[in-house]
Amino acid sequence: MRKTYKLYLNGDFPRSESGRTYEAVDASGEPLANAVLASRKDVRDAVAAARKAALGWAAKTAYNRGQVLYRVAEVMESRRAELIDEVKRAEGVKNAAKQVDAAIDRWVWYAGLTDKLAQISGNLNPVAGPYFNLTAPEPIGVVGLIAPRQPSLLGSVSRLAPALSAGNACVALASEEFPLSAIALAECLATSDVPPGVVNILTGHRAELVPVLASHLDVDALDVTGVAPEAVAAAEELAAGNVKQVIRAVDEQSPYEAAAFMQMKTVWHPKGA
Amino acid sequence: MAVTAALGLDLADRIGGTVDAVGLEQRADSLAARSIKKDAKLWALDLAIRCCDLTTLEGADSPGKVRQLASKAIRPAPGDDSIPSVAALCIYPRLVPEAAGALAGSTVKVASVATAFPSGQAPLDVRLAEITQAVKDGADEVDIVISRGAFLAGDDPCVYEEITRSVEAAAGAHVKAILETGELGTYDNMRRASLVAMAAGAHMIKTSTGKVVVSATLPSALVMAEAIRDYVELTGRAVGLKVAGGIRSAKEAIRYLVVMNETLGAEWLTPDRFRIGASSLLNDLLMQIDKQRSGFYSDPDRYTLD
Amino acid sequence: MTEWTYAPAPEATDIVSVKESYGLYVGGDFVDPASGEEQKTINPATEEVLAAVAVAGDKDVDLAVRAARRAFTTWSALPGSERAKYIFRIARLVQERARELAVLETMNGGKPIKESRDVDVPLVAAHFFYHAGWADKLEYAFAGRRAEPLGVCAQIIPWNFPLLMLAWKIAPALATGNTVVLKPAETTPLTALTFAEICRQAKLPPGVVNIITGAGPTGAALVRHPGVDKVAFTGSTEVGKDIQRALAGTGKHLTLELGGKAANVVFEDAPLDQAVEGIVNGIFFNQGHVCCAGSRLLVQESVQERLLAKLKQRLGTLRLGDPLDKNTDIGAINSRAQLDKIRSLVDSGVSEGAELYQAPCQLPERGFWFPPTVFTGVSQSHRIAREEIFGPVLSVMTFRTPDEAVAKANNTPYGLSAGVWTDKGSRILWMADRLKAGVVWANTFNRFDPASPFGGYKESGFGREGGRQGLASYVKLVAP
Repeated sequence: MRKTYKLYLNGDFPRSESGRTYEAVDASGEPLANAVLASRKDVRDAVAAARKAALGWAAKTAYNRGQVLYRVAEVMESRRAELIDEVKRAEGVKNAAKQVDAAIDRWVWYAGLTDKLAQISGNLNPVAGPYFNLTAPEPIGVVGLIAPRQPSLLGSVSRLAPALSAGNACVALASEEFPLSAIALAECLATSDVPPGVVNILTGHRAELVPVLASHLDVDALDVTGVAPEAVAAAEELAAGNVKQVIRAVDEQSPYEAAAFMQMKTVWHPKGA
Repeated sequence: MAVTAALGLDLADRIGGTVDAVGLEQRADSLAARSIKKDAKLWALDLAIRCCDLTTLEGADSPGKVRQLASKAIRPAPGDDSIPSVAALCIYPRLVPEAAGALAGSTVKVASVATAFPSGQAPLDVRLAEITQAVKDGADEVDIVISRGAFLAGDDPCVYEEITRSVEAAAGAHVKAILETGELGTYDNMRRASLVAMAAGAHMIKTSTGKVVVSATLPSALVMAEAIRDYVELTGRAVGLKVAGGIRSAKEAIRYLVVMNETLGAEWLTPDRFRIGASSLLNDLLMQIDKQRSGFYSDPDRYTLD
Repeated sequence: MTEWTYAPAPEATDIVSVKESYGLYVGGDFVDPASGEEQKTINPATEEVLAAVAVAGDKDVDLAVRAARRAFTTWSALPGSERAKYIFRIARLVQERARELAVLETMNGGKPIKESRDVDVPLVAAHFFYHAGWADKLEYAFAGRRAEPLGVCAQIIPWNFPLLMLAWKIAPALATGNTVVLKPAETTPLTALTFAEICRQAKLPPGVVNIITGAGPTGAALVRHPGVDKVAFTGSTEVGKDIQRALAGTGKHLTLELGGKAANVVFEDAPLDQAVEGIVNGIFFNQGHVCCAGSRLLVQESVQERLLAKLKQRLGTLRLGDPLDKNTDIGAINSRAQLDKIRSLVDSGVSEGAELYQAPCQLPERGFWFPPTVFTGVSQSHRIAREEIFGPVLSVMTFRTPDEAVAKANNTPYGLSAGVWTDKGSRILWMADRLKAGVVWANTFNRFDPASPFGGYKESGFGREGGRQGLASYVKLVAP
């Protein structure tokens, strides 16, 4: 049976409001399936869904967020064979199993990071005065995330997991050439405990969608890791419209990858009787 | 009485308010940093003398000591008519008759401490009798202590009632209620005690007896001045402030004047509404006036020891 | 005399010797600009010309960046403990020359001497001292990663805290092994140029710090120079966006500290007298030329009347005038252009229907001045509630519940700072969680410390200055 791949938006799997699709092909160029060709309006809807979900997700305890991310790993583990098959068909790679296992491990790693982030990147500040002074990281809010082209599953997970462990809501643009594993990932997210709207995944043409996401004034940060080198300047220029933080991967996996999706808040209070 | 106390305390409750210690102390620091020079300084030094309650409160005080001090209170700088008299002579009750005699005909008021000063730990009747006697003997002003024990135990009605009865006993003499801020522990307590004392009818609120480790400080004076400001705002009745204990230099005295000026305004820069209780301060004020006038630093032995 | 009038208490200026003209500080020497251009810098309190200062052109920018590049090789290779010694020495020299720097800062910028003397300059020394200690401890700052310098840092600073912003920029850059080309604001270059002398006194290797003067075009050339690895900018959001656009796709590191429109939220149970001090300090400190100024007062409706009465009374005690007078609370507006901007926004407040209150105060004849101003009856939609005025102008609005306070406080594109005043501990923490701002002052306002990270959310920028988190703006983290 051929499967219909749709967008993942606000916890649902809708078609594009535009009704458009494009053909995803396998490694040998044979048609695999139709993927949704998301429109500007789909980006708008996804950002609205993320904004609505952002506060609630950020307000969850770090422990709770960790459990939600761990549940994603569990669901993926239970659908491991299917995911390997998706990746293999899309990318035609031999090491699909390795990619899927690494993606599952990544969720586990970031699941265990949620309640360490504030301890790793925050601290008490010994100011020269009678004040209690604390710096702690907070999520930035709504993050626009352009997933790496390849590896199509691990690439998305490596950017989504740190952004989510940091407490952000995301609008992710899937790999344009290999969109299907991103949608397979969305199905895992949808059947786990990730609240609707916290992750939204769009498939389509990057040339069309990246500028919309980069320029959207209600997006707080932009992860350009997956943007093609020749398109980075244009995306970053648009991001300046509301002083978005521009993020790019430095490491495969580290607390600093998650911290890049956070901003530091410093709170002062006098100490006096 | 209970009803009156409730009504009066309701006034204190309505004003209410809390104090942030750090913010208060910073404000006091910034006021202390005012630079008072030249004419402004001379004016302040003169005012400080006019607001001075020249004080002796020692077990060794004798009629002779009181007569000497009374003479200094009337003429702080004999031979220099430009130097005003101080506001009052502040003494123990037993010495009131002596002081009243020595100050007769002058503008200097007789101020007596009372109510088992400095602890206040005597039965109320005894404390009230002390007030009555002091006034009868010629005291124009009575500096009473509040019951810090009752206040710290949360018994505001007791504190309130004792002050109202003290004011009654003073029969028109001015009552300065000593809060003994050094024993109250927090600025919140200083504010609350100020409000209770004012609501109970005290004419002036006063920081300290000078007999405990911590006496007047700039922040304690500031928090009391702010309480006065709020009380006046609500009731329209002007209440004065007296700072006492440990104020020895003209520089410190001027800082308290700055606090009054910038918190309560120029209307409070009079002996009716501001006093400084001190003994050795007066000579420093005189010395600084001479320095300001002549431009030369002076010598302490040129000022009388009384 | 019935009122007590404080006699003038001017700080002596003979400690300062201003030169007739200043060159650019490049490669350890003061050099004449290749551009051959210069501009006058004045005292905004008197409009008197203080000095002529070079205007760096493209060639000068290039020379400065090259000098910094040459110095980077050796400076970044120095052991941290050696870099620390230079920075400690700078801190000490700032302390030794503190009075001179304070007086000069006040003469060139218009801020009250009590602020430059008691706030700016002590914080400058503290900032260098704090960061000196980091230079040889970077391996403990970022667990599991090695912190490496970025290279040549282009730093552009504003006119409101000229020397303090210089310290915020230069101290962490040097501690982490970077070299610097810094451009002070066009109206306030003199303390930065004196700082150049301090670098020489400290025998800092030539080229580690370069200071070039000029206006917008100089800054634009500097951030665009291909030899620059990192740009740090403090200034308006408008210029910040321009810089971010200019750097798009270049891979240069960037931190921005931009504008603000901070809410100062006062609940009915707040310590009101201290809240009034915090409000006054929040908006009238440095004439309101403060990006984190508490320019929007959000007061709980139930206590509005009492608080405003206290605030108006307090306004009457503020002393405006000669910035060099030790009793001056409100100094001069930094420039005519800024004064015009303040006036135009205040006019908009009046014409949009807000109620204006100004304490009676006499403005000096010469120089640029604006009286402390409070607008009541302000709506969220008024320009004075939305736009950064950068002057001594407070907009007062009310709220009824904590939720409403948070909603109104966050209803701005900015997010630099916020204040909250309440006696209730759990409400403070609840508010601190929800206020979208990089710095939250609870029961205080406008406090700064080198150990305390400072920087904004949203259009107030990104990156932090100060503290361990501030170091991150000047390093790349590599696996050990």
